[in-house]
Amino acid sequence: MDDAVITVRNLTNRFGKTTVHQNLDLDVRRGEVLGVVGASGSGKSVLLRSIVGLQKPATGTITVLGTEVLTDPPTRTEPDTRDPAAVQNRWGVMFQDGALFSSLTVRENVEAPMREKLAIDAATRAALADLRIAMVGLPATAGDLYPSELSGGMRKRAGLARALALDPQILFLDEPTAGLDPISASEFDNLVISLQKALGLTVFLVTHDLDTLHATCNRIAVLAQKKVLVTGTMAEMMQVDDPWVRSYFHGPRAHAAQLQEAT
Amino acid sequence: MSTKSPEDGKADRARLVGAVTLTNLATQRSFLDGQSGVSVLDMSEVTQLDTAGAWAIASFQMAQKSKGREVAIDNATSAQVLLLQTVADAMPASRKRRRRLPHHEAGDMLFELGRSVSVFAVELGKTLGFLGLVLTRLATTILRPSRLRVTALAHHMQQAGLNAVPIVGLMGFLIGIVLAFQGASQLEQFGAEIYVVDLISISMLRELGILLTAIIVAGRSASAFTAAIGSMKMREEIDAMRVLGLDPIELLVIPRVLALLILLPILGFVANMAGLLGGALMAWIDLGISPAMFRTQLAVNTTVSHALVGLSKAPVFAMIIALVGCYQGLQVEGNTDSLGSRTSRSVVVAIFLVIVVDALASIFFSVWGV
Repeated sequence: MDDAVITVRNLTNRFGKTTVHQNLDLDVRRGEVLGVVGASGSGKSVLLRSIVGLQKPATGTITVLGTEVLTDPPTRTEPDTRDPAAVQNRWGVMFQDGALFSSLTVRENVEAPMREKLAIDAATRAALADLRIAMVGLPATAGDLYPSELSGGMRKRAGLARALALDPQILFLDEPTAGLDPISASEFDNLVISLQKALGLTVFLVTHDLDTLHATCNRIAVLAQKKVLVTGTMAEMMQVDDPWVRSYFHGPRAHAAQLQEAT
Repeated sequence: MSTKSPEDGKADRARLVGAVTLTNLATQRSFLDGQSGVSVLDMSEVTQLDTAGAWAIASFQMAQKSKGREVAIDNATSAQVLLLQTVADAMPASRKRRRRLPHHEAGDMLFELGRSVSVFAVELGKTLGFLGLVLTRLATTILRPSRLRVTALAHHMQQAGLNAVPIVGLMGFLIGIVLAFQGASQLEQFGAEIYVVDLISISMLRELGILLTAIIVAGRSASAFTAAIGSMKMREEIDAMRVLGLDPIELLVIPRVLALLILLPILGFVANMAGLLGGALMAWIDLGISPAMFRTQLAVNTTVSHALVGLSKAPVFAMIIALVGCYQGLQVEGNTDSLGSRTSRSVVVAIFLVIVVDALASIFFSVWGV
């Protein structure tokens, strides 16, 4: 279970004169839920965008499922995008606010990846889309609604349903619980755990939510000082002797999350 | 790739083989469809299972159950059992097809006609309401000039006015040339070449200069206003203004309306002058009417009232373009489709209204005898 599905080596990202990442290294192992935390502006989302090919780094190598994504950018449209082995068909990305196509209904949004990548008949596609919509905990009526008619939490769920449409092996989640009420947030955590267990997903999770970290993550990577400062389990994080990590995991909010964990 | 093994005693077993995934869903489903009557599905040789595969198995189970037969799963790994359970729990009840109401083609047409008439009437009412709202705000701004956003006004005057000067000038110049050329070839037959000056000056100053300027500005600025205000509406910036106690009409609409009110007459004047210049040039080249002769003929036969009639329409056109552009922008809803359709509609409606008003003005001025 220790083989890495995502390997990031020597990653450097710059915006103008600002360096976001400097020689960053990171491994994500198969079947784990990796939580990426860091202060606002520490480049968590930039790291995610680099891995999925939306942000071209200055230097570095990124390998996802054996594909070198920088020399072979997955976001470039290629003739073989229908190839089920192509890396972009084996990951799903959920953006912060769902990033649903606003001119399509939720069902059409979930069907969109299947429509483009697979040759399956319309009835099966609709049934599979309905299944995904139900699996992420949306009511059946939500399928016919447009994204502008959904609440923030429902949009996130619909975004997750679309990310799961092609049965990916890796799931990227950008702030999945931000802006959700505590009940929806913990439902979302449980949803991610159960989907991860059932589908054997590898989850790359960018979050600020300590409860989510406690509930879902096997391993945590802390982004600070332009690199991955430490990685390890929650218990290991508690022992780290770095002022920022200490204040992050021992702050008043962290205690509340731990208490919740204990009960 | 899938086989049925008959040797397993009385229990009728079917064995799924290989990957049961999205990519070979069709094969596995057709195999399952042929297995009605089995009571046990053997998963021991399934190498891969994903939600689509689990869905196929679960829907097979459901179909069998509706016929009164339970299908058990055998030899599945714990992960597969978990996945099957998750999917089975989430299986949506089969969707009911929406019944279509009985309808007839003629009835549909009548319905569409009625709907478009009522939509038109509602839109007209709303636009008039918006006109009233803007006029009130405009009056407030004139009474209390300190409320005017000078920076925004200057910005829009540059965007919608100054930056349009090259295109408007070129358009006027070319129209002048076309008029001179076409007029010359007709008037030459009667030896009345000199009247090409009157043809150019009167048609350009009274009608074409300002009308074509308004059409260009409608295409350039009405769309820009709609897109800018519409995307602000989509990103809730308009709502943010409202809760801050700021008036979006005053902040967004008034500067745009004023900018066009001030600059459309000037742009019209630029087009007029460029048109006369182009006409004079063509008359000189084609008919040998010297610039001095052109000027004399112009001064004798064309009074200033022609130019004034033309330019008097400019503020009205400016108002139409700015109002339509801003109004359509404020009507944008939460999706990208509506932004696109509103932008194109704002250009079409603005140009259409400009031409309608121009026609009405023509009738009015000719009856009035100006």
